[in-house]
Order: sequence, then structure tokens, then C-alpha cells
Amino acid sequence: MEYEPVIGLEVHVQLATDSKLFCGCPTKFGAPPNSQVCPVCLGLPGVLPVLNQRAFEWGIKVALAFDCQPAKVMKFDRKQYFYPDLPKNFQISQYDQPLSHAGHLDIVVDGVSKRIGITRIHMEEDAGKLLHDPQEPFSYVDFNRSGIPLLEIVSEPDLRSPDEAYEYLLELKAILRYLDVSTCNMEEGSLRCDANISLRPVGSAELGEKVEIKNMNSFKAVKAALEFEITRQTQQLQAGTPIVQETRLWNAKSQITESMRTKEGASDYRYFPEPDLVPFVIEPPVVNRVAKELPELPAQRRKRLAEVHGLSAYDAHVLTQHRRLAELFEQVVERYRNPKAVANWMMGELLGYLNAHDTEPDDVTVQPDWLIHLLECIDRGTISGKMAKELFVESIEQQVDPLQIIESRNLRQIVDDGVLDRLADEVLARFPQSVQDYRGGKVNALMFLVGKCMEESKGRANPKQITEILRRKISSHGEQHP
Amino acid sequence: MPSTRPCELTIHELRPLIEKGDLDPRELLGDLLAQIEQLNPTLHAYIAIEPKRLHAMLEDRLRRGPRGRLLGIPITVKDNLCVKGEETACASRILTAFRPPYTATAIERLIQEGALIVPRANMDEFAFGSSTETSHFGITKNPWEPARVPGGSSGGSACAVASDLAVAALGTDTGGSIRQPAAFCGVVGLKPTYGRVSRYGLIAFASSLDAIGPITKDVTDCALLLSIIAGRDERDSTSAPVEVPDYVASLEASVKGRRFGVPKEYFVEGGIEPEVKDAVEHAAQVLERLGMRRVAINLPHTTYAIATYYIVATAEASSNLARYDGVQYGYRATNGSGLRAQGSGQAHSPQPTAQSDLIEMYMRTRAEGLGAEAKRRIILGTYVLSRGYYEAYYLKGLKVRTLIKQDFDEAFGQCDVIVCPTSPTAAFRIGEKLDNPLQMYLSDIFTISANLAGIPALSMPCGFTKGGLPIGLQLFAAPFEEARLLQVAYAYEQATEWHQRQPAISSKQ
Repeated sequence: MEYEPVIGLEVHVQLATDSKLFCGCPTKFGAPPNSQVCPVCLGLPGVLPVLNQRAFEWGIKVALAFDCQPAKVMKFDRKQYFYPDLPKNFQISQYDQPLSHAGHLDIVVDGVSKRIGITRIHMEEDAGKLLHDPQEPFSYVDFNRSGIPLLEIVSEPDLRSPDEAYEYLLELKAILRYLDVSTCNMEEGSLRCDANISLRPVGSAELGEKVEIKNMNSFKAVKAALEFEITRQTQQLQAGTPIVQETRLWNAKSQITESMRTKEGASDYRYFPEPDLVPFVIEPPVVNRVAKELPELPAQRRKRLAEVHGLSAYDAHVLTQHRRLAELFEQVVERYRNPKAVANWMMGELLGYLNAHDTEPDDVTVQPDWLIHLLECIDRGTISGKMAKELFVESIEQQVDPLQIIESRNLRQIVDDGVLDRLADEVLARFPQSVQDYRGGKVNALMFLVGKCMEESKGRANPKQITEILRRKISSHGEQHP
Repeated sequence: MPSTRPCELTIHELRPLIEKGDLDPRELLGDLLAQIEQLNPTLHAYIAIEPKRLHAMLEDRLRRGPRGRLLGIPITVKDNLCVKGEETACASRILTAFRPPYTATAIERLIQEGALIVPRANMDEFAFGSSTETSHFGITKNPWEPARVPGGSSGGSACAVASDLAVAALGTDTGGSIRQPAAFCGVVGLKPTYGRVSRYGLIAFASSLDAIGPITKDVTDCALLLSIIAGRDERDSTSAPVEVPDYVASLEASVKGRRFGVPKEYFVEGGIEPEVKDAVEHAAQVLERLGMRRVAINLPHTTYAIATYYIVATAEASSNLARYDGVQYGYRATNGSGLRAQGSGQAHSPQPTAQSDLIEMYMRTRAEGLGAEAKRRIILGTYVLSRGYYEAYYLKGLKVRTLIKQDFDEAFGQCDVIVCPTSPTAAFRIGEKLDNPLQMYLSDIFTISANLAGIPALSMPCGFTKGGLPIGLQLFAAPFEEARLLQVAYAYEQATEWHQRQPAISSKQ
């Protein structure tokens, strides 16, 4: 029998607000342990949470970007479980009246567009972190992360393949980066993803037993874990063994999922309304204001780039995946009006560089001028295409304009023999009298021709080279036409 | 009153003396400490008292502190109200040695007026109780008869005010914890409207019910303290942005023509001691003589109040107390696998690594650190929030709570205040109800509705039993109508002399 995977994703994303969700503590990543804490995020007795207004508005912003319906009234609930990284032993989250619900996200896989439903987006506080030292018989707790605002974005089980899941995550991240509300860095934990997957016979409308997979630290790991799970569950079903509802952990080292707990061991979180926070009325004027402030999102930009600059769907897709890339593209084509050339350069050279260095567009500064100057230099033949590519890498690494490199190394000169050859031919053809004079013994005539070449190349021809070429050409002409 | 000692005076009597220089606040503190030294060993109103520290703090306050309406006046606070740097343990072993790095907003406002804060009035552990018998630090006695309880959970505060071990005090009230001990000890206690006083710094029992309020020798002091501690606080999202009137200035407003409601549900046969019933009835007649009109009202859902309360309150308590796990602060049990007990306030103190060690640490810490009543309420609360029971208990409880609130809304359409007893009995004997939690819970039957409805409620003395125990009169008003409540209380106080009686123990020189 053939099986079809049914996949839903739960993404937790940290909001990059300056302060935490319910207190004024800073949220900087990588600070010394327990240096960004206060009585509220330490859960000391007697203190109370106060909602961060910016996190609230950013939540609405994200909800609107995913076409979610903001709630008229939202409230917070306590999700209760014991763990040392959770200082109150409950997490302030949202249960039955979340920030927003019923949105969607469009993805393109193999050229086909597909709409993925978003069940809900809710706000909650992050937990602290346990630090384990294998040398010691105990662990430490770092509460810096405790109370950092999180949004949980829950998809409908609309994804049908690991590739779709991967594209969904890319698009989701692109949107969040466009909104500039999160660093979306999976390694630093500012974006986390859990996957739910079940298998069912192709054509069946019923859902199979669901397995939740956790502990993936990259989008590629999500894809790999889903692929592994599909294989595992298919084999198990084909062998006649039913799937057990359980939570499994992705083991990146051995590239397999491992059972963590079954449904029987699942926690009862005993949700109930957080009595320390009043329900929040989400006022339509606030929603309208936030909606007005929404930037252009990847899908809209994609459409515009294709229409205005005539980019192919593929090029537009790649260039809009990162807000920074798309901005760079637009800044460049504003002054260098060859969109296809710019697109090719960015997708070939810039993305090539980023891939080779396993880095993100946000981590690398490329000034629009640098690209414009390089492309102009190529067009004018100031430098070769090959040299331009090298210069581009140097520009990025030294963070300087390639023109500066060209100047400082005198690269502006025309040293290419072919170019100089053509230049010489042109000048020789225009001044036959001088050629005659030189052959007749007037040495100065050669200097006249060199001068003309320099004039013609606006001083960029290498004088030594061009002199040699001219001398050789006049001599060889003489031999051919005695 | 030539023989009157400073510690016997009220705030409004002390203020002019201090302001005119007729009384040195040092002398007042010295006298108060002498009274504490004499009586606290018997009454145990305070868990601990540090005279040197208090003297030093008073010097500091007098030298450079703010000079407000409470300059140099000691105000006693219950052990569940955080005072920066002072041990605050909710009378529980599990919070041993916990010194909060912050001060409760209500207390901060007292300090802003120049008050000297006297911490650690005894209480039931985590305010779970009606007798101050569940304190980890020992029982507080009733000053009128030390074989009896002072009520609870703010028994230490009420006992201290009644026996001049305090000029005035702050207590907290989740189901009657200010009013019932005020009634048992013969003093004035006010539970303000929910949201009237910031809860920031109050160690939570049931967050949607908890309120901080004054326990004082008379209504004027009560009005003064409320004027100071009330008002919106940015640190408490549930504190209301409602303007705070000058409750003292409006005290003398005439009550003539105002209506008081008497709910028949509070006077059912067998549910109330005859002596209490008679005293409250007599108080109603006094109010009539003052020109108020009596109306009969109904609060039909009163019978469900106790059940509703013990669902909502324990649910919240089970959650609020989850943080006492031995990880960061307070008591930590010695772990079976050899981890040492840790009482440090270090946020990054070492944690057992193995899952089994961790669970063992949690279980032993809570088993050893929490008392029987705390455990009972945590278990009850956990149960009513559990999957499969949530709808039948917690959600149903919330619905009934709304009905109880509606009862009051309707009642206040017919009257300005409601008059009823604070407690069905006067103070009971120590140990009488400790082994019978249901009996203990029933002693709050007349007070908990006000918490469920969020309305202000006041208790004041309205008579004595033949055995000489005080009886409490309870007044309710509509939300944020504390001014009305205090006006009626003041008028009644002016017409009677109950508040002038002193327990024999404190007048013995």
C-alpha cells in the first residue's frame, strides 16, 4: 500500500524586543548567565507580570502578515509543569483565547503554489536554560532567556512532504525577517520547530496516529527528520505494526528519531486563566495602525520584482527570500538598469559566496555601490569579468568599494593584450601617414601613435605594452607588404 | 487620659503629638517594643522582632526619610508582604530565609508617608486558614482569651492591633483573612475592592481573590491607611485606574436616608450563634436610629459560596505555590543521592542532573517544607484543574462566581451597604477545628462572597459575648464604594463604644 504523509509544524519564534515579555529585563543573546534577570523573570514570590506593549503589537503585526484574524479579546493562561528552567513552574502562555487564528501561508514547490493554513499564533514567555557540565554531578540554570517573548505559529496539517515543510519554513522565516521582529536564528534558538507527522493510505481522508518530532536545529534537520520518519512509519505500517502516538527526538549525530515519551506519559498541563493579567481587548484602531505599518512582504515583492523588472519567477523567488537581498537588488537596479545582469550576479556570486561561507545575507554587508561599480567596470571593460568576481569577494572581505581596490592597485589600466591589440589596430588604421613616417625613419612618429592610443583609452592603456604592440605591428606590416 | 501610653493611641491621635513635638517617635517605638517584649511571648503576634534594627531604621527615617502623614509611626505588616531585605516567609518553612529584593507597593506607599515598617506579623501558612494555627512558627493567641484563636489568616496583625503590640497593621484577605480576625480580636479590618490596592509584593495565595487592607483600632485610621495604600500601580495589571478619594475627609458625611440591606441568607437558623445574631440585629437598630433605612435583600447564591471559593482559591493556590521547589530560594531538602540542602538565593545554584534525583528533590522539599493545610489545598487545586475534572469543577466554579457577583449587583440596586455578621461565631478554642478542615472552612461562610464578587467589605466590633469575646459586624458596599462603607462604619462607631474596650491582657501594667 502507498502512504501519504500528513505534516503540521509548530514554530516558536523569539521576538527581538529590547525587553522581555513581562518585565523590563534586556534580551541580548550571549550575555553572562543570570545577568539579565529580575524578580519577575526569576519568578520570585509576590511579583507580577506586566505585558510588554511592543511585544503585543509585534504579535499583531506577525498575525496580520500571516493573514490571521486578531482576536477581539485575548487572554493569557498558565501552562503548568515542573522543570528547573521554569522558575514559576508554570509558563504564561495562551490557551483558548490566543492572539490570533485562521491565517495562511503560500508556498511554491516544484513551480506549483500551495496554500498552507495557519491554525493560530499565540504569545508566551520563554523558559530559562539548563547548563550541563559533564564533570559535575549537577546542572546549572541560566534564567537570561526566561521571559523572552515567544510567538508560537501553529500550521494546519496541510503539508504533504518534507520539501513542502522545508519551503514552508523558508517562507515563514522570510516573512518574519521582512517584519524585522526576530533574528530567526535556529542555532541560537531564536527560532525553533517541532513537527507533527502521521501517515495514511493515499486517498484516505482519515488521519493516522500522530508522532511529534522535536530537537531539530536547522531547517535541513527538519526535512531529514521528516524523511526518516516517513521511511520508519512506512516500514512499520507495511510490516503490520500500528504507529504509536508518541514524541520522538531527532538525533542529529545518527540521523534518526528516537522515542522520548508515549501518550501515556504525556503531561496534563492544567491550563487555567492567568489571574495576574487582565484579558486584553485588541482595539480595531490598533490593528489598523499596525496593518498600515506592515512592510511589503516577500510574496508581494516577488510579484512586483517580476512585473517591474521582468525577472523570472525563479529569480524573483530567490532574490526575495531574504529581505536584505531584495533590498540590495532594488537599490542596485535603481541606478544600474540591467535587472537580469544584477540578478545573475547576485544569485551567482553573492549567494555563491554566502553558501561557501555558510552565512546569511544579514551577516554580510554589501553596499549597492560596490555591485554597481563592478558591473559598470565589466561593461566598460575596465576589468575582466573574472577579475570582477575576485574583486567582489575582496570587497566583501575587506568591506571596501571595489573601485578603491582598482585604484590602489592600478587595476584600472588596460593590460589585456587583446584590448590593446584592437586599440592599436584602430589607431594604426586612422593614421597611415604616421606609420609611413615611422617606417621612413621618423622615430617620433611612434610616440605620436602611442599618444593617440592613450588618448583613445582615456589614459588607461598600459603605455609600455601599447608601445611594444604598435612597434611590432608596424614592423610586421612592413614585412608582409614589402 | 494622663496614664495613656503612646502604644495605646491611634494614628490620628499620634500624628498631632508627633507633629507638634509633644511625642518623640523614638519614645513611641520604645513603648511599643516594651509592650511587645511583655506580651509577645504569650500572644505570639509576631514571628520575630528585631528591636535594634527597628531603632536604626527609625533613626534613618527621621533623619532623611520622607516626611508624610505617617512620620515616625510604626505600621505592622503580615509575613506575606514583601519588605526589601527583610525575611518574608508566609509563616512557612519552605520560604525559610527568603529575603525579597523588593518592597510591596502598599508598603512602599506607607514608607513614602514616613512610616516605620514593623515586619513579620504571624499568619496561617500561606494564608491558608482561619485561626493562625497553621503557622510554621507557632500559634498566635486571642488577646481577649489566650485559650482561643485570634482568627486568621491575618491573626498576628489583628492580635497585635487589639493588644497594642501594633499601632495599626496591614493584613491580606483572600476569603476573610482580614475581617474574621478583626472580628475575633475586636478591631476594624477592611478588605478593599479587588484592584483598589496593588498586589505587587503580596506573596500570592489566590491571585483573583487576594487583597491587601488595613487592620486598625478605629475607622478613622482605617480610612487614613486606605487613602495611602490605594491606587493604580503600573506593576500590577489588575490594579484599577480609579481615582482615590480622601477617605478621611468624607468620613463625617451624613448617612441619614441611606439604605442598608440585610440579606436573609446570612441569618438562617442554626447557621449563626444567637449572641452574634442579636449583636448584629442590635447594630442594625443603631443604624436605623442614625436615620438609615433597612431593606430586606436576597443573595440567593450564598449557599454555593464556600464550594465555589474552595475550587477557585485552591486552583490558583496550587499554581501559585508550584514555584516553591527548592531550586532557587527558600528551603531545599537533602536529596537521597547526597546533594546537600541549599537555602541560598542564588539563581544559578547547582541543580541535580539526573531526572530521578530532580524529582526526588522536588518531592522531599515540598513534603518537608509545606504544612498539612498547604498540601491539602495544593492537592485540591491540582485536582480541580486536572484534565477531565476542569469543566466539572473549575469552569463550573467560575460560572457560579459570576452568579454570586450578579447577586450583589442586584442587591446594590436596592441599598447602599449590606449589613451582616462577619463570622457565625466569636473566637473558637485553639485546636477546636484544626482537625476538621470542613468546620474550619465554614467559619469563613460570611466573608468569602465579598472576595468572589470583588466588593469592599469591612468588619468592626458590634458587641461582646457573655464570655467577653468580641463580635464582628460586617458591612459590604458596591465596587470602589469604600467611602460609603467607611461613612456608615464611622457613623456606627461614633454612636457606640465597642471600639474603646480593651482586652484585659494589654491594659495590665
